[in-house]
Amino acid sequence: MRETFQVRDTILTVLVPKELDHHTAEEIRIGADRILERENIRCIRFDFRNTEFMDSSGIGVIMGRYKNIRLVGGRVSAAHVNGRVEKIMRMSGLLKFITVEQERSWETAGQKGGSYGAHE
Amino acid sequence: MERTNEMVLEFDSRSCNEGFARVAVAAFSTQLNPTLEEVADLKTAVSEAITNSIIHGYEQTVHKIRIECKIVCHDFYITVIDYGKGIEDVKKAMEPLFTTRPELERSGMGFAFMEAFMDEVVVVSKPGEGTQVHMKKTMGRPSHPFEE
Repeated sequence: MRETFQVRDTILTVLVPKELDHHTAEEIRIGADRILERENIRCIRFDFRNTEFMDSSGIGVIMGRYKNIRLVGGRVSAAHVNGRVEKIMRMSGLLKFITVEQERSWETAGQKGGSYGAHE
Repeated sequence: MERTNEMVLEFDSRSCNEGFARVAVAAFSTQLNPTLEEVADLKTAVSEAITNSIIHGYEQTVHKIRIECKIVCHDFYITVIDYGKGIEDVKKAMEPLFTTRPELERSGMGFAFMEAFMDEVVVVSKPGEGTQVHMKKTMGRPSHPFEE
C-alpha cells in the first residue's frame, strides 16, 4: 500500500483518501504541514487516484497548502482528477490557482473502475 | 397508495460521523432510482450541512445532529438540524466565500455548494437555539418508486 505522504526531491505527493471531507482534510493538513516545516518542498502534488468524494473542506485544505507554499515560490498541482472532483474544483474557483496534470486515457484504462465520468 | 417514505437519523457531532451520515442518506435516496450524479450531488450537500453544524453550530463540541428525510414521489426532502449557536445573519452566511472561521481553512463554499447541488435550500436559524437547513431535490427517472 502506498504512503499518504511521499517526498521526492522538492516534491511532496499527497495520496488523497477515498473521501476528502472535513474529517480527512484535517489529517491531510496536519501531516502535510509537518513535512513542509521539515523539508525543502517546492511543489505539492495531490494525487486523487483513489478519491470518489470531495466537498468544500477539500477545497479548504488545498487552498491552505497553496497559500503556505506560495510564500516560498512553490506551486500546487493535482493528478488523476476524476470528473466529480474536477467539477467541485471548477465551481469553487480552485482551478485558477492549481494545475491539473493531464493524462492519456490508456494510462488509466485498466486501473480501476470506480472513477465515474473521468478522464475524457 | 400514498407514495411517501420517511427516515430520521440522529448522531453525535463528531467529524468521523460525516461519512456515515451522508452515505446513510444516499442509501435512503436510492429507492428513487437516482443517477450517480444525483447521488453525488446529494452527498456533497449533506456533507456541507453536517460540517457546518459541527464546526459553526457546535464549535466542535459534541452534541446531537438530527437529519430528517422524506420522499414524496420523486422529490427528496432533507432537513439537517442542530441545536447549537445559530446564525446571526443568514443572508450573509450564505454568500459565497463568506466564512467566520478562516483560521480553520473554511473555504466559504458550503452554502454555495448546497444551493448548486440541490433544487431548493432554505435556512432557518435563531441565535442561541440552532439551525435548520431544509433542502429539496427531485431525483430519479419518472417511474413509481414503491412499485416494481
